[in-house]
Amino acid sequence: MIDSMFDEALRILTFRSGFNSAVVVAGTAALGLAGGTVGTFLLLRRRALVSDALSHATLPGIAVAFLVGAALGLPERSLPLLLAGAVASGVVGLLTVQALTRFTRLTEDSAIGAVLSVFFGLGVVLLSVIQNLELGGQAGLKTFILGQTAAMAQGEAIAIGLLAAGAALAVALLFKELRVLAFDPGFAAVQGWPVGALDLVLMGLATLVTVIGLQTVGLILVVALLIIPPAAARFWTDRLPALTVAAAVIGALSGWLGATLSALLPKLPAGAVIVLVAGGFFLLSFLFAPARGLVAAALRQGRLRLTFAERRALTDLLDGRPVEGSVALWLRLRGYIRDGALTPAGQTAAQAAARDRRLWERFLADYPALLPAHANWGVDPIDSVLPGDMVRLLEERSAPS
Amino acid sequence: MQYLWRTPGSRTAPEEASPIGPPPLEIRGLTVAYHRRPVLWNVDYAAPPGGLIAVVGPNGAGKSTLIKACLGLVPSVSGTVEVFGRPIARQRRLIGYVPQRESVDWDFPVSALDVVAMGRYGKIGWFRPVTRAHKEAALHALERVGMADFAKRQIGQLSGGQQQRVFLARALAQEAQLYFMDEPFAGVDAATERAVLQVLRDLDAAGRTVICVHHDLQTVSDYFDHALLLNTRVVAQGPVARVMTPDLLSRTYGGRPMPAPAAAAEEAEAS
Repeated sequence: MIDSMFDEALRILTFRSGFNSAVVVAGTAALGLAGGTVGTFLLLRRRALVSDALSHATLPGIAVAFLVGAALGLPERSLPLLLAGAVASGVVGLLTVQALTRFTRLTEDSAIGAVLSVFFGLGVVLLSVIQNLELGGQAGLKTFILGQTAAMAQGEAIAIGLLAAGAALAVALLFKELRVLAFDPGFAAVQGWPVGALDLVLMGLATLVTVIGLQTVGLILVVALLIIPPAAARFWTDRLPALTVAAAVIGALSGWLGATLSALLPKLPAGAVIVLVAGGFFLLSFLFAPARGLVAAALRQGRLRLTFAERRALTDLLDGRPVEGSVALWLRLRGYIRDGALTPAGQTAAQAAARDRRLWERFLADYPALLPAHANWGVDPIDSVLPGDMVRLLEERSAPS
Repeated sequence: MQYLWRTPGSRTAPEEASPIGPPPLEIRGLTVAYHRRPVLWNVDYAAPPGGLIAVVGPNGAGKSTLIKACLGLVPSVSGTVEVFGRPIARQRRLIGYVPQRESVDWDFPVSALDVVAMGRYGKIGWFRPVTRAHKEAALHALERVGMADFAKRQIGQLSGGQQQRVFLARALAQEAQLYFMDEPFAGVDAATERAVLQVLRDLDAAGRTVICVHHDLQTVSDYFDHALLLNTRVVAQGPVARVMTPDLLSRTYGGRPMPAPAAAAEEAEAS
């Protein structure tokens, strides 16, 4: 049983389990890629939650579009019509958020909360009404809420892939414009960039990702594809190009693995599985990313404390004060003390520590404003932080007279 | 309003401006209100070319708002702003801008060089990437503020003063004729203060015009040629020697502005 599931997983992951599931997995990966790319700028522009309001606001539009389709006598649910309805009511939700923020004293987060819940509530009511009507095809509407990859037809998966690639391409083309928009919109406006139009393009791309993700991931969770990949990627890099690529890769991997998993476990809602995979990437990044991860930060902090304690103990010994406890044990392990006295190596290290402390104190007394922001003063060797002529100046000033 | 100014020296004038042409900045009747409360009231001002101009006034006097309204970043109720004789929207290429340091998120994933390169974006144009030549121009601007060694550093790892210098370098990279700077000396260390001052003097020597919101009355006369005393209305304007007087300063800082009787009546009606 386990073996056969593993084989199946391997076949899907490597696109060998039939054309249809390969297309679905590839389409979902493309969706994740677009989500990560567009989401990077959405996050930096602080618009991530606005797109959550947007996605929730699509539900009434889907329901109304379904009713319109039924009234027009369409035989079964027509996907383009439903998605058009989703876009329409999503945009109305978005405009409502903007109007509430602009013309009332509500802050944006309250406006988002109000719009999100009211629109979603309206959609749920409309869906219940539809359930009680004697129409065909209404069962499929539920998949828009939590998502289902199995519902994806080949043509739809291909369309999703193409649209997602288009969204990622748009971000690549507008990379420089979106960078200045997200960093400093005021400066961008002064330089003549149409800030309002660029914001509109960004929200348009977010709408696109949301709508093509509705079927797969579902409207409740689709925002996660926009937020989680860039949030996870942020732990790995401080450069925007690398961040965008990393977010795209994490998004694509989440879509790929998530679609595979949900093909194996068809009882679970696909959206939730995909989002959980993305959440797994976030957790890994948060814990283990080299520069900004939790483990790295804890290690750095621990090393800092240890270095501080070691240097302090060494200078204490130099001044003739005894050192005890774990620090003494540590110094013995490093070979700095033997029988309670400094070894030659310890003597050298202690001299260096004392000099560093003297120069650092001089520096902080004389030039506090010049302290580099990244330096751990009192811990980093002063020669590695300050330029040589500054160190020489400090040597002169702190020389015992 | 007519203003007699010295003929610009080594200034490379924009095509539109003859030696005694339209002023670098001309504000007429500019009024800005937030929630019906006037922040700027009927401001008229013509900046002399090639000068260092301080905008001085108490907190809440509308100094930053004046700059932002000129640049179109806050909507104005009425008034016009012209740069070298044309509406400011058509003269973007001639304008450099140093916003307040607190106005952006310094955790943003860009390096100092990336930020300075943003000053070149207007010259690069839509869709094109930042080329090597523009990066070199940005690096040169960083050199001018003594920050070349920090080019690759993520901006959040810089000190406040260094961040201020990065903003200044970005404006230099714009290669503008008219600079707006919002408190470039606020909360900076001595090295940054010297660097900013040196840049202002270089710009002045090159015939550029700099309009600078400045909070430190002690240094206005040392750093600037001209001052605009502002407290919702323009209280005084002109060479620092003429306007930085105890009388005018106390009228600027002493509680409410003292409007002319007619303006006071209008203001009472408006509020």
